[in-house]
Amino acid sequence: MIALEGVTVRAGAFQLEGVSFEVAAGAYAVLMGKTGMGKTTLLEAICGLRPLDAGRIRVGGRDVTDLRPGDRGISYVPQDRALFSAMTVRENLAFAPSVHGWDPRATSERVEELAALLGLEALLDRRPAGLSGGEAQRVALGRALAARPDTLLLDEPLTALDDETREGMFALLQSVRKAAPVTVVHVTHSREEARRLADKVYILREGAVREALPEDIKEHRR
Amino acid sequence: MRNPGSDRPFVIGLALLGGLYVVLIVALVVADAAYLKPSVAWQTLSSPEIRYAVKLSLIATTASAILSLIVAVPLGYLMSRYEFRGKRLLDAVIDVPIVLPPIVVGMSLLILFRWSSDIPYSKASVVIAQFAVAGAFAVRTMRVTFDQLGPRSEQVAMTLGCTRAQAFGRVVLPEARHGMIAAFTLAWARSLGEFGPVLVFSGATRMRTEVLSTSVYLEYSIGRLEGAVAISLLMVAVSIAVLIVLRLYGTGPIPGRTAR
Repeated sequence: MIALEGVTVRAGAFQLEGVSFEVAAGAYAVLMGKTGMGKTTLLEAICGLRPLDAGRIRVGGRDVTDLRPGDRGISYVPQDRALFSAMTVRENLAFAPSVHGWDPRATSERVEELAALLGLEALLDRRPAGLSGGEAQRVALGRALAARPDTLLLDEPLTALDDETREGMFALLQSVRKAAPVTVVHVTHSREEARRLADKVYILREGAVREALPEDIKEHRR
Repeated sequence: MRNPGSDRPFVIGLALLGGLYVVLIVALVVADAAYLKPSVAWQTLSSPEIRYAVKLSLIATTASAILSLIVAVPLGYLMSRYEFRGKRLLDAVIDVPIVLPPIVVGMSLLILFRWSSDIPYSKASVVIAQFAVAGAFAVRTMRVTFDQLGPRSEQVAMTLGCTRAQAFGRVVLPEARHGMIAAFTLAWARSLGEFGPVLVFSGATRMRTEVLSTSVYLEYSIGRLEGAVAISLLMVAVSIAVLIVLRLYGTGPIPGRTAR
């Protein structure tokens, strides 16, 4: 479970004011909002990369507001994926387990498990520079899941993918949900992603978050 | 048949204008080479004094480049990632050795180290004089490197369990390797060519503090122009070799660059 209680974040002239919402443990929440509404700022605040001006954040009932990012049990996949360019795909996947002190055998088994789940077996010894958008997204997802986080934050994970790759990613995100008991907050401006993936949809507008109404995610006919 | 939309005249115009400078550089080297008699070159470069200067130059420039990198990585990172009071002033201070006349750097070093009877005019003073200027170039290079890398990778590393220091060591430094090679190479090349501060702070004592740049001066000052040219060409060859390394390793793409 992840809960935000009255979270206020300032980023220059921009401000999110008293944001509150809750996502049940293991649920898949989609947070929708137009570009520039502060979706990324909110995700950065949740994972501890941006300090709060007010409010509390709880993960699994634990108040993580004052914890450093690595102690929150939250993994983050940014929009640009930010894969570690000096490492191979295998090293990217093994990164979090090795930082958390897993023994090499457990790390290696986890890497193989994720590679099988995400279809990365053939890419393990490649470096990120040569990967396609879809491949890079799968590696970023695997890297985030590797140390079995409680919560996964996805910042526009399906943006800038071609239709076929995007379709594959829908299936992959659904299979990841089945394979890993993780709470997901997925940020997007796409109604389709909300309809197809979400247990619960929230709307971020003018600095505040509210639960979406059916018409918010209804397909628009042209 | 003439292509009315061709860029050719424009490109040729640019090439002619820019090419003038390339021609000047090549002409300088060719003129030196044409002036030199091989027998004199061999005699000069094989003399014990010049061999000593080559050895001291290689050791001192390498030490200076290492020192430059040691300060450039942390300073470049701090300047790139953090906002703090006095940052613009610090930025200007770092540029001082770049804009100061070399003789002023040397004189200032003499005044700074006047308490010591051992450092001025010693081998160590050669390294200090080179480092005083080369460090500024290395810091500039590392700052640009960290600016281009962006903070996103290390932020992700922090969410995956790293402290900031661990993220720096495990993610940022490996990603900055091209920039580090560039900074090291630039500092090395700059140190090799440093003359003014070395002459003032270290002197130009044969078999003691003489490096290649001061060798050129010494040869020239006693009227041995061909000897000076031979050493100059040796420095040109070394510089070209270093610049090739810089181009091969130092200016590769910097992945992970983020746009927000």
